[in-house]
Amino acid sequence: MQDDDEVKSKGSGLSRRTFLKASGISLSVPLVMGYRVIKVSGAEVKVYGPGKVPLSLAINGKSYKAEVEPRVTLLEALRNELDITGAKRVCDRATCGACTMIVDGKPVYSCSVLAIDAQGKSITTVEGLMQGETLHPVQQAFIDNDAQQCGFCTPGFVVASKAFLDKNPNPTAEQIQKGLGGNLCRCGTYMGVRAAVAQAAQKGGRRNG
Amino acid sequence: MAEYKWPDADKRTHIGKRISRIDGPQKVSGRAKYSFDMNRPGMLFGKIVRSPYAHATVKKIDTSAAEAMPGVKAIHIMAEPGTPTAEVKWAGASILALAAVDEPTAEDAARAIKVEYEVMPHLVVDNDTKAGDQWTRVANENKQGDPDKGFSEAEVTVEGTYGVSIITHCCLEPHGSVMEWEDDKNVLAHLSTQAVSGSAAQIARPLEIAATNVRVKQDHIGGGFGSKFGPDEWDITAARLSKKAGGKPVKMFNERDAELMVAGARPSVYAKIKVGVKKDGTLTAWESQSWGSGGVGGGGAPPVPYIFAIPNQRKQHTNIINNIGSQRAWRAPNHPQACALTMPALEDAAAAIGMDPYDFFLKNIELAGQRAPIYTDELKIAADLIGWKNNWHPRGADKTAGPVKRGLGLSIHTWGGLGHPSDCDLTIQPDGSVELKMGTQDLGTGTRTALNIIVADTLGLPLNAVKITIGDSRYPASGGSGGSTTIGGISSSSRRAALDALDQVIAKAAPALDAKPEDLEAVGGSIRVKANPSKSLTWAQACSKLGATPLTVRGKNPGPGKLMDQGVGGAQMADVSVDIETGIVRINKIVAVQDCGLIIDLKTAESQVYGALIMGVCYALYEEKIMDPKTGRMLNPNMEFYKLAGIGDIGELVVHMMTGKGYDERGVIGLGEPPVVSPGAVISNAVANAIGVRVPTLPLTPDRVLAALEQKGGK
Repeated sequence: MQDDDEVKSKGSGLSRRTFLKASGISLSVPLVMGYRVIKVSGAEVKVYGPGKVPLSLAINGKSYKAEVEPRVTLLEALRNELDITGAKRVCDRATCGACTMIVDGKPVYSCSVLAIDAQGKSITTVEGLMQGETLHPVQQAFIDNDAQQCGFCTPGFVVASKAFLDKNPNPTAEQIQKGLGGNLCRCGTYMGVRAAVAQAAQKGGRRNG
Repeated sequence: MAEYKWPDADKRTHIGKRISRIDGPQKVSGRAKYSFDMNRPGMLFGKIVRSPYAHATVKKIDTSAAEAMPGVKAIHIMAEPGTPTAEVKWAGASILALAAVDEPTAEDAARAIKVEYEVMPHLVVDNDTKAGDQWTRVANENKQGDPDKGFSEAEVTVEGTYGVSIITHCCLEPHGSVMEWEDDKNVLAHLSTQAVSGSAAQIARPLEIAATNVRVKQDHIGGGFGSKFGPDEWDITAARLSKKAGGKPVKMFNERDAELMVAGARPSVYAKIKVGVKKDGTLTAWESQSWGSGGVGGGGAPPVPYIFAIPNQRKQHTNIINNIGSQRAWRAPNHPQACALTMPALEDAAAAIGMDPYDFFLKNIELAGQRAPIYTDELKIAADLIGWKNNWHPRGADKTAGPVKRGLGLSIHTWGGLGHPSDCDLTIQPDGSVELKMGTQDLGTGTRTALNIIVADTLGLPLNAVKITIGDSRYPASGGSGGSTTIGGISSSSRRAALDALDQVIAKAAPALDAKPEDLEAVGGSIRVKANPSKSLTWAQACSKLGATPLTVRGKNPGPGKLMDQGVGGAQMADVSVDIETGIVRINKIVAVQDCGLIIDLKTAESQVYGALIMGVCYALYEEKIMDPKTGRMLNPNMEFYKLAGIGDIGELVVHMMTGKGYDERGVIGLGEPPVVSPGAVISNAVANAIGVRVPTLPLTPDRVLAALEQKGGK
């Protein structure tokens, strides 16, 4: 994707850096917001950092605060700052799905989302799927069908399966294989995952929100 | 005195049933804490500066800029200029480690380190037998029988080239640890390891403290597959950084690229093979020249010909020493390679004499030795499950119109088993609660669950009446999890402990039931008179007779009674489709028939086999550590280009476990290794059957398939 700001500042004959220097100060807002707003070719753009900025995230229905550098990913913020460690860092490049979270209803690879960009959004992690001590039907189906061995990919798979079933409540076997193709397992639990997703669909994997 | 044996089939309440793993709820909810998940108070983040060169000497390291960064708390040089450690032998080798207050700071600091190298000549290819004396070692030459006579007796001699590329373990939880000094003498290690009990001494030695002062903890491990048997240099370094930082915990785990570059390679093997055969299928001779590499230590020594003891053999193997991250044990060391050389060579021999390989294998099955009858049974079951007789066609004879050709392949494999040394403490409290403690680890094979099943079954209790506590070096020592020795070891020691403990509970309860101890049994949560089951005490009532002090019994392996065995076989068959225009191979179905003695948990046992088949699809079709000869670096140290199979790539998998009479009496035998041996061979054979030509080297990527087809077309 092209950076609109980049294109326009180039077009103006200024480098991005000098352009920001020239125009960045006037609209600064206080640090509580965690960013400054500058005007770039008429549009307002948020500028964070480069140091730590305050971060506010809504995770599993609760509000969390931390201070992180703008380059910190959503995954790292949860794991390193908030001790929410169900999502795993494995490939760190949006390939394996072990870090899958649901953000505003959509499954995302949280290793490739900046924490600051997830502010103001509703984030669900694997820790948020249980209701009290009751497992979500997808979680129960993973246990029943032994869709896990070492379990390191399991939180990502469970969350991806939940998001998949939300969108495809009655999937065919082929849809399951395509829909969960974005998650990788090393121990080889795919047969269990296929059966688990099919079971959860029949039992209403969409329940519990 | 208890009789140390497994219960008869009609007495088993949990053993052999399909039981869900007991730590499943923790794993599906994200509550399972892996070493990688540990966030310790005041924890620092470790980072390693790595060599960009495959072979070099470190001349100078400038740490001044990093030292000046306020967030950097400790620096430790691992490749010290002017010392033997200064020579680095693969790209990704550790030069220096540092610890900082957070990950971004650690990354910035690592970038600020300046290292000067003197670059030296390297070799990273693994198949160059002409690279020169510096790089090659003839590992062994071996002759059996009279190979010249064997080939002269042959009516057909079949020659071919075969190979298996280097793969890496790619554990999803990378290698690493969180290390901390609790005081100036004691280290707490949250380590990702296949050997909880054995790692404490290995951490203590380089740190020059007593092993009793190191505590290793691990609740869960995110994959090991043979590559995590002890602490690595970076774990020791993390402890050194912690010490320099006043004891603060230091978290040090490989980034994904490092994990794939340095944390384990399965050695490659390539071979020119000649097989002598008579037209009736009788094998007369084998000759192989093989070579391969697994890094600076050379490669493995695959036992060829695999399983089939062909009477006359001449073999030579050469190790190539190259500059890649060193080999580590990989699930069934040497067997998948030996299998992927042998079974394709034999299948080619069958094709050359126009014989169905199923008939050919059965014709020669006596060469498999004492397990020949079991292989025969397993091959027959596998053939039924895949429809061999109906679906097999002679090599390349798929007459289906269009570019997609279908084929079948088969293979057999073996593994040892037995059980590692294992101690455990089983405690029964006067209130009837039961806990087993053991310094073992659950690799995802279901070790916790197996222990729970055995203790509950032995004591006549429901599963949830027993607490299983593992993963701490302060518990009784149990061996490392490798070579499929865990289930044999831990099932034997826990069974002995439970039988001994039950004896003692029964002895205390007998007077209250006015019976002799030998007339009592533990069934359904009670201790009862065998001849008069209505005469009973509940388990809790019986345990109350222990008095005020709990009873603790030590279970051991080895020990009395035959509870485990070694030597299993398995047969696999694959059905594949190959697009001869694109070279893409698709798995339609793989069938695995496997024996493993007495099965403790059928559900997790089947999962081991399914998992092995999937791992097999990975190394048969996708996985390969690709090295750049010029720069000496790995070209695909990431999960986008180091490819693993996804959920849609594995076709339909069918697992058939050999159980019941003839198998159960053998006792427990490990299952982690055997089923991962054959998939490369079965898939290769099925592809050859589909397209009419052997694709020599695994993985069978589209380029290799097309190259083989082109060569065939050119003949």
